[in-house]
Amino acid sequence: MSEPKTIYDKIWESHLAYEGDGDCLLYIDRHLIHEVTSPQAFEGLRMSNRKVRQPSNALAVADHNIPTTDRSLGIGDKESEIQIQTLEDNCKEFGIEYIKTSDKRQGIVHIIGPEQGFTLPGLTIVCGDSHTSTHGAFGALAHGIGTSEVEHVLATQTLIQKKAKNFQVKINGACKDSVTAKDLALSVIGAIGTAGGTGYVIEYTGEAVTSLSVEGRMTLCNLTIEAGARAGLVCPDEKTFEYLKGRPMSPKGNEWDLAVEYWKTLSSDSGAFYDKTIEIDAGNLTPLVTWGTSPEDVISIDGNIPNLEDIKDDSKRSAVKRSLDYMNLIPGSPIKGVPIDRVFIGSCTNGRIEDLREAASILPGKKVSEKVTAMVVPGSGLVKEQAEEEGLDQIFIQAGFEWREPGCSMCLAMNADKLLPKERCASTSNRNFEGRQGREGRTHLVSPKMAAAAAIAGCLTDVREMEI
Amino acid sequence: MDKFSSVKGIAAPMINKSGNQLSLMMNIDTDMIIPKQFLKTIKRSGLGKNLFDEMRYDSNGNEIDTFILNKEPFRDAKILIAGKNFGCGSSREHAPWSILDFGIKVIIAPSFADIFFNNSFKNGILPIKMDEDIINSIIDESMQGEHLEINLVDQEIILKNRKINFDVDSVNKDCLIKGLDDIGSTLEKASYIDEFEIENANKRPWNILS
Repeated sequence: MSEPKTIYDKIWESHLAYEGDGDCLLYIDRHLIHEVTSPQAFEGLRMSNRKVRQPSNALAVADHNIPTTDRSLGIGDKESEIQIQTLEDNCKEFGIEYIKTSDKRQGIVHIIGPEQGFTLPGLTIVCGDSHTSTHGAFGALAHGIGTSEVEHVLATQTLIQKKAKNFQVKINGACKDSVTAKDLALSVIGAIGTAGGTGYVIEYTGEAVTSLSVEGRMTLCNLTIEAGARAGLVCPDEKTFEYLKGRPMSPKGNEWDLAVEYWKTLSSDSGAFYDKTIEIDAGNLTPLVTWGTSPEDVISIDGNIPNLEDIKDDSKRSAVKRSLDYMNLIPGSPIKGVPIDRVFIGSCTNGRIEDLREAASILPGKKVSEKVTAMVVPGSGLVKEQAEEEGLDQIFIQAGFEWREPGCSMCLAMNADKLLPKERCASTSNRNFEGRQGREGRTHLVSPKMAAAAAIAGCLTDVREMEI
Repeated sequence: MDKFSSVKGIAAPMINKSGNQLSLMMNIDTDMIIPKQFLKTIKRSGLGKNLFDEMRYDSNGNEIDTFILNKEPFRDAKILIAGKNFGCGSSREHAPWSILDFGIKVIIAPSFADIFFNNSFKNGILPIKMDEDIINSIIDESMQGEHLEINLVDQEIILKNRKINFDVDSVNKDCLIKGLDDIGSTLEKASYIDEFEIENANKRPWNILS
């Protein structure tokens, strides 16, 4: 019997193209490309007269820059237009499949990968975007890379890598009402901090994880990078296979059967070694919200904003002071009831159909507070189409939400969707950094349901009370 | 990539104030380093003027006097000193591009986010991980504008009166010193990649798209 292995060990070993002294070449099966982090990589290839090694292993789409208003009106912003056109031109020149902005498959790169069956268990997947960790939900080793590495993958189909350590995050028990995958993820980041996973690949295990839907697992893995780990993993199971079967780029026929048989061997062996393990009890969790400018600044919706004098560590205390000044919050006061100006539902974290269903579920018969501007940005054209078939768009619109075209939108505010200075937003996105959603904007990260509840109440509120 | 041997110059500490307490700023994220409005470029160059844009300029584009890189002699800093988890957040390589374009070639911090750490080496920037207490011990000298010399070959930070050793991974060190092009050296191993692709196609044919 060979040594028991984790899923990460297995994928790593099956993708080593070369093993040297201290550095390895990890073969990359799939490469997702978007407009912001790729132009300089293609330019580098041109300058050194290099080709793309496996153009059919890449898939490109514009998402970061794109307006979420009527597409027939064009991009609007000149620089964004050049960047998106450059992506299309580069894909044409190097023979890479590009999903056009007018295509209904267009959407956020991490939503369309799984939707198209481009994402499969056991693969290595990279993209010039840190939230590539999302694809780990399928049992694929997936992580973000910089532009130099985008160029490296284009030219060589490999990355120079060192093996990371194994970190098991075991989430036991069952989630209580209105506690979602987003809350599980925020609780992990709150528990280990934004650097807690640095140098590790996190594998999520436990009953609360396996009982999540595949989309919930995507939310969980998506936020792994906010805990400092480049990749998150969930072992593939029947739910994974069912999600992927029949997708346009999934294997077909006999190849599908062979693939499933192989995917079943990927799960971590019992007795496999983890360098670190933590356990969280899902049953103790409540809906969460961030109060500060780091995703680790997490509290329960019925909790209080921290008091400076309670923080012993000097650098932590001064960071909290800076955060609270930026967020304009009173130390020690309740987070519930803090008035908001904007609500954003969308992003690669929470822009999938189940997220929209969850948010819409509390809206019938209610209206968005007149003090609040609220928007829904579906993660892809296909999510939008599905939501419209189910009538979710009408529920949002009747409640007073704006119903937009797909893209990254106000998660990073590269397009026209951004907060004005001092505006406060309940957001389903992934980062509450200073200026992330617009200069001097203030972001509170929440689940889709909590965001919808905040839109109605006009303030951060406990969705559990609203449903009663 | 330019060869890296040693760097001598001003070191700018990124400091947070809480009352009279000064401490190194932790969790400096890539949105702070280079805000998204500057990611629309299709070039690598010219981002130095927007490094730390929202901390450095007010909303009218005027310099904020209290920000360290707007003060003399730190406008000419070649070294940046910061708190834990420097470079967390997005994978944008615009972050190291803007740092390098400003003229900074070394960053000293107790810890770095993985993607940023990697991106730095790819651009000829040396990120040095050091114990927070040791870093704290060089803040005073840095604030007084003393020049620091970073010698990568000997792995030493040289101050007026003392030397401090630092660790660096041997592969990364070698690449920086030789100014190696990663892609070039990987392509020398192309036969291994060819072999792997044949094996991959045999064992896991569904992994291959055509």
